[in-house]
Amino acid sequence: MSNAAATFSGYLICLRGVLWRESLRFFQQRERFAAALVRPLVWLLIFGAGFRSVLGVSIIAPYETYITYETYIVPGLAAMVQLFNGMQSSLSMVYDREMGSMRLLLTSPFPRWYLLLSKLCAGTFVSLLQVYAFLLIADLLLVDLPLLGYLAAAPVLIATGLMLGALGMLLSSTIRQLENFAGIMNFVIFPTFFLSSALYPLWRMQESSDLIYTICLLNPFTYVVESIRFALYLQTNMLAYGVVLAGAVVFFGLAVLGYDPKMGMLRRRGAA
Amino acid sequence: MDDTPGISIENVSYAYGRTAALEEVSLTIDAGQFMALLGPNGAGKSTLVALLTGLFVPDSGRIAILNRDIAHQPKEALARMGIVFQTQTLELDLSVHQNMRYFAALHGMGARATDARIDICLTRMGLSERRGEKVRNLNSGHRRRLEIARALLHRPKVLLLDEPTVGLDVSSRSAIVEHVHGICREEAITVLWATHLVDEVWPQDRVAVLHQGRIKDSGTVTEILSRAGAPSVLEAFQRLTESGGESVGARP
Repeated sequence: MSNAAATFSGYLICLRGVLWRESLRFFQQRERFAAALVRPLVWLLIFGAGFRSVLGVSIIAPYETYITYETYIVPGLAAMVQLFNGMQSSLSMVYDREMGSMRLLLTSPFPRWYLLLSKLCAGTFVSLLQVYAFLLIADLLLVDLPLLGYLAAAPVLIATGLMLGALGMLLSSTIRQLENFAGIMNFVIFPTFFLSSALYPLWRMQESSDLIYTICLLNPFTYVVESIRFALYLQTNMLAYGVVLAGAVVFFGLAVLGYDPKMGMLRRRGAA
Repeated sequence: MDDTPGISIENVSYAYGRTAALEEVSLTIDAGQFMALLGPNGAGKSTLVALLTGLFVPDSGRIAILNRDIAHQPKEALARMGIVFQTQTLELDLSVHQNMRYFAALHGMGARATDARIDICLTRMGLSERRGEKVRNLNSGHRRRLEIARALLHRPKVLLLDEPTVGLDVSSRSAIVEHVHGICREEAITVLWATHLVDEVWPQDRVAVLHQGRIKDSGTVTEILSRAGAPSVLEAFQRLTESGGESVGARP
């Protein structure tokens, strides 16, 4: 009989097992990795080229000089990689639930919040691999990123990965069937991405509409983008970091409630 | 063996919204006993398994695994329980051995210590030759056997199986029924085997008949037959489940 679950090393083994399983799955799905890279690169190369001449970017923090439009959108695209990865994890959790493997996870003797946290950490780890691969290619092709920025961005990317992964997890707890997924994603990914500072500085938004500007200011994704932007250029933005951390905690807390059999989706779904 | 029941279910009720799935279900399975939970489709068997494994929480009543209350000591209860769900829960793109390793990690078992145990469990289910194969390439009979091997990996004292032979041919079915009876006997594991197929019940088994969310009768095969006044388990089952529900039979 196993009492290993009660020990600290048992907890570590469980976390490692979940990380290992997610990584194996990730490396087996090469198309997923390719898609995760191609998507932001297409934005960078095509969208960036098209808008470079239209959209001038003045000197704004954290930049110390005039920058190209491509340079401006790199942090936003890095955030987009994590946003998509969070949604992809959410999709695979809904899929796992339909296919049954979620049951295997949830009937492990470890506390449910810990199992979900392990899953979240695994998703974040995968998102870091994707973001760094994207940043490296962007750096080689078009933009110059400070070398130390890669290092400084790591803790921030972990926090943003956790926040967006937790958002995905929360969504997965509210989606009852796989078929409903596409619709919800359209309502989440696109507004989240476009109504943020990912593609245009907020002052430009304000010039065209106060309402849109306010929505962007209230969108947590704006703070994800800004925290990555500031960290990449070795500066701090405490407001952005605070919003990201608070978002991660709140979304994860709600996701744990969503997976609580007393109140969450398992009960509503009624498909044991 | 002490008197601690392997599984104890006391007055458990559960409803999906306003639809009652289980009403006042009580059942005790002694340690080391093989209990067949017989019920037609929709009787509430899977709901009961979901409650026993903590996936659902009962509206009322209490469930204990070897005296560990699933509501208050889920960790202790789940660590002692092996589960084979009705729906398959394997990772299709991982190998047989990787699936076992992943499960071991979910139970906090270190990789090195478990490799020997994995070999024992796979060999017992006749799968040691396929350890490197992707699960996707296994037929449904082998997948089921793998799930049983996996459920026994952490040396549970209680084994729950929810319709474990669904979709299998006759010979795979009888092989699995025989395997699990053997494991129950040799290792004194408590087994709850949920099924709608009466020919999976052996004469020495205990039987509980679940119909429309209620336990209609439970006891030894002889007791059930005499109370129902029926010459065979099939007939007793049909009599006990006559009102509503789907018709039941010996074959899928």
